[in-house]
Amino acid sequence: MDIKGKAWKYGDDIDTDVIIPARYLNTSDPAELARHCLEDLDADFGDRMSEGDLIVAGENFGCGSSREHAPLAIKAAGVSAVIASSFARIFYRNALNIGLPILECPEAVENIFQGDEVQVEIAAGLITNLSKNQEYQAVAFPDFMQKLIQAGGLINYLREQAGEDNVSL
Amino acid sequence: MAMTMVEKILAAHSGRDRVEPGEIVTAGVDLVLGNDITAPVAIKEFEKIGVDKVFDASRIALVPDHFTPNKDINSAEQSRLLRDFAREQQLENYFEIGDMGIEHCLLPEQGLVRPGEIIIGADSHTCTYGALGALATGVGSTDMAAAMASGQAWFKVPETMKFVFQGELPDWVGGKDLILQVIGDIGVDGALYRAMEFTGETIAGLSMAGRMTIANMAIEAGGKCGLIAPDQKTREYLKGRTTAEYTEYFSDPGADYYEVREYDVSQLEPQVAYPHLPENTRAISEVGEIAIDQAVIGSCTNGRLEDLRLAAEILEGRERHPGVRLLVFPGTQEIYRQALAEGIIDTLIAAGAAVSTPTCGPCLGGHMGVLAAGERAISTTNRNFVGRMGHPESEVYLANPAVAAASAVAGRIISPGEVV
Repeated sequence: MDIKGKAWKYGDDIDTDVIIPARYLNTSDPAELARHCLEDLDADFGDRMSEGDLIVAGENFGCGSSREHAPLAIKAAGVSAVIASSFARIFYRNALNIGLPILECPEAVENIFQGDEVQVEIAAGLITNLSKNQEYQAVAFPDFMQKLIQAGGLINYLREQAGEDNVSL
Repeated sequence: MAMTMVEKILAAHSGRDRVEPGEIVTAGVDLVLGNDITAPVAIKEFEKIGVDKVFDASRIALVPDHFTPNKDINSAEQSRLLRDFAREQQLENYFEIGDMGIEHCLLPEQGLVRPGEIIIGADSHTCTYGALGALATGVGSTDMAAAMASGQAWFKVPETMKFVFQGELPDWVGGKDLILQVIGDIGVDGALYRAMEFTGETIAGLSMAGRMTIANMAIEAGGKCGLIAPDQKTREYLKGRTTAEYTEYFSDPGADYYEVREYDVSQLEPQVAYPHLPENTRAISEVGEIAIDQAVIGSCTNGRLEDLRLAAEILEGRERHPGVRLLVFPGTQEIYRQALAEGIIDTLIAAGAAVSTPTCGPCLGGHMGVLAAGERAISTTNRNFVGRMGHPESEVYLANPAVAAASAVAGRIISPGEVV
């Protein structure tokens, strides 16, 4: 699965309230959530981003609430991957569980700027900054999480594991 | 080998003698929680898994507390999904409006969380139950769905940070100030991926309400969970609420900690977290002239009886400043009734407060107290992110109930000592 797009660069502690404000949480329709993705942080994002673009942010991306609507909104907006120096743990789980590609890579975050063309090879964790001709290696996922990613999320993984009348992880 | 509380609880629930930080384990869960925002997504995901029944109808709690009593048609549809699912699955712990309370005040009160258990909730403040010595942590809707089907969840065994508090708390200083001090100290990602353990003579002296306020905000430091070892106060609290057997776990003396931090709280002042992060804390004496439009007292952080008592103590015989809306949200119906019986509600209303049925509403800018552009609130809730309580240009200052009540009287953020 190769990913290529323009980088949207943000700072540290991007919280789930700015990713998708609670005033829009009276629905879980991904298309509706996508319309308001990041609007309190960057009013331009929704109108100007293109399908396949990436979000590149600092430490603790996705901190705050457990709302899965946050990665759902990002995914439905057409963002192909999120690269951050670190992720808040519930967001990290949620992204893996719903199949939104995420990469932890402080070096990439330091060197990628707004508008840079970025390519990502998810399985290898390899990030290429095409605008600067640089490569960065993301932190590798533990085996279990790689299985989740390969299955396309937790529900698919669980279905693969399911027996006749019971399921277990 | 010595282990921490969290390691012992994870080992016991995954059929292991011991676990080590960094390992990923699959563990059985004792309770799975969802609310009217997160459970609708979980129910849809559950239906994709291909099982008919939840793993155990007594171990799932659904609490419609966020946009309830429903604020609009969409939120009513979301609540109906919970109601229908609870009926179909014959869930024993669905709380209809009238029984409903703010989930993290309600579940401990109902005796549904006990020491040594693993509780996952599709709400980030699920970590509150760590105050009873449980491993409780927030997850998303898909994890909730998977756990409703399988009774299990995956966990990365966290490293543990220990916070030791010594000294007697000064007047008007409580659990909220201890945890705000910690968050101010280590930052909003200072405990990222880690467990937090709170201990020391100050914690031993705190009520269960104060302990729950501390554990509640572990997530605001990025923590996976925030635990306090069970003691006699925990056992007293559980008496009459549950007859279930439970196991108490304690960290071994030689257990390995990522870090140990010690605090002497005898000189601690009430803390105020400035916009737009809970780590932006200042002592109340360092707060300048900050006029407020709204004061909110309540929530899963500070909506317990003790919190309302504290507010009433300050508001007794006083009135809110004419420029301030004072909103009070008791955490549960039981808390509300006790507050009525003690005359607290009358005192609050006499002071000009609007007292609401339990709801998360204003804390997340949902309803019942949304802020306009440029407005400023002092709030006993847990987050002050951009737009948290309403317009992205509004501001939220976090504090304890005494500071919020005193500020409602003064019309600006002020130390309770200056009002009483």
